[in-house]
Amino acid sequence: MSEREIMQYDVIIVGAGPAGLTCAIRLKQIKPELNVAIIEKAAEVGAHIVSGAVIEPAPLDELLPGWRENPPPICVPVAKDELWYLTPTGRYRLPTPPQQNNHGNFIVSLGAMCAWLAPKAEALGVDIFPGYAASALHHTGDGAVGGVVIGDMGIDRAGVPKDTFTQGIEIHAPVTVIAEGCRGHLSKQLINQFKLDQHSDPQNYGIGLKELWRVKAGKSVPGLAQHTLGWPLDSSIYGGSFIYHLDKDRIALGFVVGLDYKDPEFSPFEAFQQMKHHPMIRNLLEGGEILSTGARAIVEGGYQALPVTEMPGAILIGDAAGLLNVPKIKGTHQAMRSGMLAAEHLAATAVASSAGFDARLRNSPVVKELHKVRNIRPAFYRGLWRGFVAAAIETVTAGKLPRTLKLHADYSALKKLAGYSPPDRHWVERNLPPRDRLASVYYAATEHDEEQPIHLQILQPDICITRCSEEYDHPCTRFCPAGVYEMVEDSNGKRLQINSANCVHCKTCDIKDPYQIINWVTPEGGSGPNYQNL
Amino acid sequence: MKILVGIKRVVDYNVRVRVLPDGSGVDIDGVKMSINPFDEIALEEALRIKEAGKAAEVIVISCGTDECQQQLRTALAMGADRAIQVKTGSALQPLSTAQALLRVIEREQPGLVILGKQAIDDDNSQTGQMLAALWNRPQATFASKLVFEGEKLTVTREVDAGLETIEVDLPAVVTVDLRLNEPRFVKLPDIMKAKRKPLDVIPLEELGASLASNLDITRYAAPPLRQKGIRVENAAQLVQELKNRGLL
Ligand SMILES: Cc1cc2nc3c(=O)[nH]c(=O)nc-3n(C[C@H](O)[C@H](O)[C@H](O)COP(=O)(O)OP(=O)(O)OC[C@H]3O[C@@H](n4cnc5c(N)ncnc54)[C@H](O)[C@@H]3O)c2cc1C
Ligand code: SF4
Repeated sequence: MSEREIMQYDVIIVGAGPAGLTCAIRLKQIKPELNVAIIEKAAEVGAHIVSGAVIEPAPLDELLPGWRENPPPICVPVAKDELWYLTPTGRYRLPTPPQQNNHGNFIVSLGAMCAWLAPKAEALGVDIFPGYAASALHHTGDGAVGGVVIGDMGIDRAGVPKDTFTQGIEIHAPVTVIAEGCRGHLSKQLINQFKLDQHSDPQNYGIGLKELWRVKAGKSVPGLAQHTLGWPLDSSIYGGSFIYHLDKDRIALGFVVGLDYKDPEFSPFEAFQQMKHHPMIRNLLEGGEILSTGARAIVEGGYQALPVTEMPGAILIGDAAGLLNVPKIKGTHQAMRSGMLAAEHLAATAVASSAGFDARLRNSPVVKELHKVRNIRPAFYRGLWRGFVAAAIETVTAGKLPRTLKLHADYSALKKLAGYSPPDRHWVERNLPPRDRLASVYYAATEHDEEQPIHLQILQPDICITRCSEEYDHPCTRFCPAGVYEMVEDSNGKRLQINSANCVHCKTCDIKDPYQIINWVTPEGGSGPNYQNL
Repeated sequence: MKILVGIKRVVDYNVRVRVLPDGSGVDIDGVKMSINPFDEIALEEALRIKEAGKAAEVIVISCGTDECQQQLRTALAMGADRAIQVKTGSALQPLSTAQALLRVIEREQPGLVILGKQAIDDDNSQTGQMLAALWNRPQATFASKLVFEGEKLTVTREVDAGLETIEVDLPAVVTVDLRLNEPRFVKLPDIMKAKRKPLDVIPLEELGASLASNLDITRYAAPPLRQKGIRVENAAQLVQELKNRGLL
């Protein structure tokens, strides 16, 4: 293979989410002469983004004053907040906790918002390359990060170049900004390589599943933001739903479950589908149609899990750094603020430098916000109700109590089959679409050229058959929202079949697999879901 | 020789197309748009002909609103030398497209025009044939192989009965089928180069092509939902169920 072609930039950003796009726009606003590029693995900007999303507009006001005159395509001011506790057939209205007060916020499609931000960045001279995955890091001679390597295209299953083989190039820059979002593939490598998490607790995650519906005329109340707790989860699982009423009879509904759940037989997808059958939600959806579906992991570790966010030649921002505020279930404003902060930092020196970014971030409102709410999420380790009490205390005292609860890794929470019997969750017979995960993935319009190498690497495949069969009964076949993992039995015996073409890049398997032997790597650029307005 | 390649901006083939509730069209809000896959094959073939030294220039052309410039830029990044947008306010019907292409052919004098065999949005498969008739030149549709021999072009066509090989005089119109080739990936530096390649915009009116629409689309509808299957216990029951439905 020939030498890779090299492109040189002043700053290279991985990921065109709110963090990466904001960083790029801010860089060009401050220092127009900088050469800035963004690499995005989705075929189009926004097509891999799944979010609620109720967003706090302050960072957008700061970045693009006047945006309210030309708002993103889906943008409905929140008119009313509701929080409900559900039982299998009933419901109780709960007071809205202050973190979830959404007065002044907007319901948007974050994917559509990113697609709206991208041309604004391009107009300032940012080069955005959708359809290209940053598959590896480039290191300089002294071990610092020197840029990224774009994945090769046109390789077959066995790793052999096809006629269409196109060698990926290298993009070099003094600083690489990692804005991959939750559980990024390069972020994971960097956190390990530079031991960025050696002084922090293990990161915690959740999985978020989402569907966009068009309901029967008159059923949606534009601007209503509803959240539910309780059924279909039992009180040992941290999670709940959101139901955001948009314009044009559209409803964005989703379900978020902490990945620290213990039950090896639990399926987040099934729980989401159950939730839709609660009378309150079923009434809303009946007679409507699904427009789009998606799933994505959410970073929930907050302050305790915050890694060091700088290393020689690179920085982490947004969800890649783990900046999401869990009690608010909002990460967009944090992603955007960290993007602006990064831009200000990188533009301050003649040649962009990562040195000093971590301190700057920690002294900023971004990390102060995380510190205030640091004890709320871990309080729920011991169940919903104790969590509520602890959350109330933390909120009243604004996080000033001199204590910090510890986090533990999500995969370690899973119980072995032998010692665990799940509670009765009173789940019901379902009849709303989608029937199953395959029917759901259909609405994610996900696509991977079947001939490319499988991008889900199983490091020790024998464990699946030997230990996992016994100990956990293949939880990957349940936690994956796209039905990628299947145990099949044929004349050659039992084996794991990986339907990698269905993968929606949520990263749950990489996180929750109890043996930590699943490694998600970037497939060919442009592969993956083609989300529409998620 | 110049080669002119027509490309159309269409809803990407991976997207699940949904009809608007009022039946006035399909929902393209937030939907991924791409170069019509058959047109991409047409362009790939043109580029290969040029790389083999048999053509001097590859020009891509698209008739449509300014959004189609995105697809023209992709075509330039794949390797086309320059692009022409025939600017229209709305989507054109095949006859209008063929008329617009003819006007551009008169200006550019290409030795070969390559189009996709059909666009995957309307599946009309008319533009190439209409263009050949208007231009009064030979046509070779559904091509799966092209071979040059002097001023002649030998084309293998995919027809119902199998394969058919014909010979056409140049200039001619060729429309291409799926098996002709596998289009290349765009290399990242070529996207940057494409930004500097010429893209001319010609308003449709300036070409003097007529925009008379001779087709009226009354309504769009989704195909009826497939009935849920049933499981039968044995052959006898299967026969009975088929009889009940009047299928036996
Ligand atoms: C179900 C759900 C509901 C949510 N609700 C809300 C809400 O109501 N309000 C709110 O504020 N926040 C919400 N969030 C959180 C919010 O979406 C995130 O905090 C935010 O998207 C983080 O932005 P980011 O730019 O850091 O990462 P992301 O938005 O994840 O963007 C990362 C981008 O990088 C790309 N990428 C990743 N790796 C690579 C690579 N190696 N090469 C190339 N490209 C790459 C991805 O394709 C993606 O486009 C929700 C999240 C979920 C999942
Ligand atoms: S294979 Fe992994 S990353 Fe892909 S959809 Fe399933 S859980 Fe998510």
